[in-house]
Amino acid sequence: MMLWAILAAMTGAAIFALLWPLSHGRTEGFADVADARSLYRSQLKEIDRDLARNLIGVGEAEAARAEAARRLLRAANDEERPAGETEPSLRRRRASSALMLSVVPLFALLVYGLYGSPDLPDQPLAARLEKAGPHQDFAIILARMEAHLAANPADARGWSLLAPIYLRQGRFDEAAKAFAAAVRYGKPDTDLLAGLGEARILEAGGVVTADARDALAEAVKLDPKNARARYYLAIAKEQDGDGEAAVASLQQLLADAPPEADWTASVRARIEQIQGDAGRKAVAALPEAERQQAIRGMVDGLAARLAEGGGTLPEWTRLIRARSVLGDKPAALAAVKTARERLAQDAAALAAIDALANELALKETAP
Amino acid sequence: MIAEIGHYALALALGVSVIQALVPFWGVVRQDRALASVGSSAALTSFGLVALSFLALVASYVRSDFSVANVVANSHSTQPLIFKFTSVWGNHEGSMLLWVLILTLFGALVALSRNSLPPRLRAGALAVQGLVAVAFLAFVLFTSNPFQRLSPAPAEGQDLNPILQDLGLAIHPPLLYIGYVGFSITYAFAVAALIDGRIDAMWARAVRPWTLLAWIFLTLGIAMGSYWAYYELGWGGWWFWDPVENASFMPWLAGTALIHSTVVMEKRDSLKVWTILLAILTFSLSLLGTFIVRSGVLTSVHSFASDPARGVFILLILVFFVGGSLTLFAWRAPLLRQGGLFAPISRESALVVNNVFLATACATVFVGTLYPLVLELLTGAKISVGAPFYNATFVPVMVPLLLILPIGQSLAWKRGDLLGAAQRNAAAFGLALLAALALIAFTQGGPVLAPLGIGLGLFLVLSAVFDLGERIVTRASGWRAVLSRAKGLPRSAWGTAFAHAGVGLSIIGIAAAAWSSEAIAVLKPGERLTSGRYTVVLESVTPRTGPNFRAEVARFQLFFGGRELESIEASKRIYTARGMPTTEAGIRTHGLSQAYVSLGEAQDGGVAVRLYDKPLILLIWIGALVMALGGGLSLTDRRFRLAAPRRAAPVAAQAQPAE
Repeated sequence: MMLWAILAAMTGAAIFALLWPLSHGRTEGFADVADARSLYRSQLKEIDRDLARNLIGVGEAEAARAEAARRLLRAANDEERPAGETEPSLRRRRASSALMLSVVPLFALLVYGLYGSPDLPDQPLAARLEKAGPHQDFAIILARMEAHLAANPADARGWSLLAPIYLRQGRFDEAAKAFAAAVRYGKPDTDLLAGLGEARILEAGGVVTADARDALAEAVKLDPKNARARYYLAIAKEQDGDGEAAVASLQQLLADAPPEADWTASVRARIEQIQGDAGRKAVAALPEAERQQAIRGMVDGLAARLAEGGGTLPEWTRLIRARSVLGDKPAALAAVKTARERLAQDAAALAAIDALANELALKETAP
Repeated sequence: MIAEIGHYALALALGVSVIQALVPFWGVVRQDRALASVGSSAALTSFGLVALSFLALVASYVRSDFSVANVVANSHSTQPLIFKFTSVWGNHEGSMLLWVLILTLFGALVALSRNSLPPRLRAGALAVQGLVAVAFLAFVLFTSNPFQRLSPAPAEGQDLNPILQDLGLAIHPPLLYIGYVGFSITYAFAVAALIDGRIDAMWARAVRPWTLLAWIFLTLGIAMGSYWAYYELGWGGWWFWDPVENASFMPWLAGTALIHSTVVMEKRDSLKVWTILLAILTFSLSLLGTFIVRSGVLTSVHSFASDPARGVFILLILVFFVGGSLTLFAWRAPLLRQGGLFAPISRESALVVNNVFLATACATVFVGTLYPLVLELLTGAKISVGAPFYNATFVPVMVPLLLILPIGQSLAWKRGDLLGAAQRNAAAFGLALLAALALIAFTQGGPVLAPLGIGLGLFLVLSAVFDLGERIVTRASGWRAVLSRAKGLPRSAWGTAFAHAGVGLSIIGIAAAAWSSEAIAVLKPGERLTSGRYTVVLESVTPRTGPNFRAEVARFQLFFGGRELESIEASKRIYTARGMPTTEAGIRTHGLSQAYVSLGEAQDGGVAVRLYDKPLILLIWIGALVMALGGGLSLTDRRFRLAAPRRAAPVAAQAQPAE
């Protein structure tokens, strides 16, 4: 409402400004002729003055004077009669007033009506940031933190809060920069260094780069128990081709793990994967029959471990696939069933299992 | 609400401009002064509305209102305030709004200059100006609306193109636009005069200050743009004969010709038809420039908008205004009364020669700019026309023009004395020639043409100085007399001398570029690189974080012939929002020369470094500033001052005293 009042006032003011000269304008005709005459008169005077100061030759002055005089005469001939207030002039005024009163609002409303968004309030940054509360847009908190850090780039605490957020959002490049800034401006901190290492690794697509290794080594130096740093250093060993050392380090890491640690499962999975890789290489070298046997043995081992309890989605997936590939349909179906029971709380995992079952055409024959 | 008020103000301005185009025109036709005076109030109102609209957009930018699509696309909340501000015109929509703002500003100025303009001419010009405003307001509103809204508003904007995040952006486009758009006034005057059928010395007098004003700003805008390209692009080049640069250079050449031809028209009441045509062509070239830059027919820094709909719209505007005015010209020009004849040796003839050369030069640039475009359109072949073409066509036209310039400058009106003029310039010519010969001897084996170019530049500067001296200093007169004569000399004479000396200075700077040198190497800290007279030693490369970018900053020690100068920093920046790199060249000014360092890619432990020695390069831009200063002096000449009684010396003051 407020907006429309302002827009109406603007329209009114504009039309008023246009109408003003019609009511106050002078009624006589143009005075150009007089202007022109004064121009040429002063030109003539100018020539006389220059002649007096001896700035122009007598002959040239004569010629110039003749030229200016000719122009003056011509201007005088052009003289027109002033119009005055006549009937047609009044009619013209009325017509143009009507034109203004109609054309101006018509254009403005038509164009604004087509393209305007009168219902949309302004949303400047300051206002959006102030709209704090539990439902605050996460991106805005982030924007606020970024703005704060832009103004205070040496705020190590700010960087250390921001870095993990970037990491979680998959903005590894920025995460690495943020961790680096936090390390640079703050006290040496093992967790930040480990985070820096991790961000650099993820930025490099999972490869433990020399930069990352430096950061990790630094982290371990500060705290030999830092699990994250040790984990990635172990991965680095694997990457260097030393699978055994990697497994040994990871097993050592598991042994040192506090009981409440929630990451042991993924470390175990990694150990298995490394061993699996090593095993697969060995298995591939066996003759056909023995190979089948060895594979079956490994799958049975996995099944036995999963039967004891727990198991993550990737592990169950691996088991179900393996059973199915080996042609053991009932065992595969059993695995699907158990997996569904174990992962019942995790809707996404259930969906994944179902999709897998579909893909492998594992259908329980309806009773 | 602010954005909506801005949007509505723009729509309202369209309505007001329609009135501005219709009613005053009616008044002129019907000899009705009341109707004609509506033009002034409409121009002022329309300026007020567009200014309001522009301020609304500025407010949206400064407050980072991301519910405005244009702000999202070109701004970021972490930008420093100055760049939030300049982002307003660092994009297509905003810059077109600035275009319209300046257009209406000029309309308002014309409306306000009550005493210096005949009211008939003013009303007619305002009507034409209103028509131009209608076209461009419609263009902005229908195809490039800066007030489009977004809902819900995104949390963060996409940042401004990093190359544009520079103080250059704050200055270059407004200056250039004032130049471009300023010529719309001369166009409006020309068309109004054609419709009215009255063109005389009064007209020339009325038009000249506007032409000068536009020309000054165009000069500054081009110079600023060139300096910006020089330090921001990191190639050390300052002019590339790029179509976008040419687009601003063509109106400049035509405008320069126009300034000179209006002088003839004012003093001698002749050359009318040509002057009117030039006025039309100059603005047409401005429009053509706008079309080239805005339609997306070519890609460059400037083409932040390539939308075919916009291109077609501008093409229609171009066709309407250029075609319309030329048709009008063909119809009405033969009816104009011709002025008197010239003596072949006179200042007016010299100015005609100037116009012929400038028009030819402009035509060569025109061909060089449009030929590749047309060729691509017809055959699909992509060719680029660069420096070799212009060296072979543009330069040979300009050199004779500049050589005879001092002679024309010292010829008298009506009937000049060629021998006398040549004698008066003999000293300057001799000195310049001596300097050139000395340079050739001194720099044996170096470039041959460069000393001659420097000689030409010197000739222009010296002849301007001598010309002034001759008018001021007379035999047997003390310094007091000299001072009073200097005061008595019309400002326009001072302006002429300054502008011509400025051209000379620029020529010297350009010619000296032949001695510039370049060296490239991959440097590790402690290593050195020498180019020409300068040597740099890389001290360190350190990371640095700016408000919205990260940078790798390289520090160099700088040596000049064994002497250490202040150290120099060059950097590469990555703007985080767009992930786009820019180079920030390190430039150290040393006298009139510059050492210029820019960074390339980092390679195996070192960083690629380019070092340029740019002798006398500052003269190029100093020359442009001096030219603009000359224009300014000419603009303040008594005869243009508002409401001042006319008191110039049309025939006599510049004629030679009869001794």
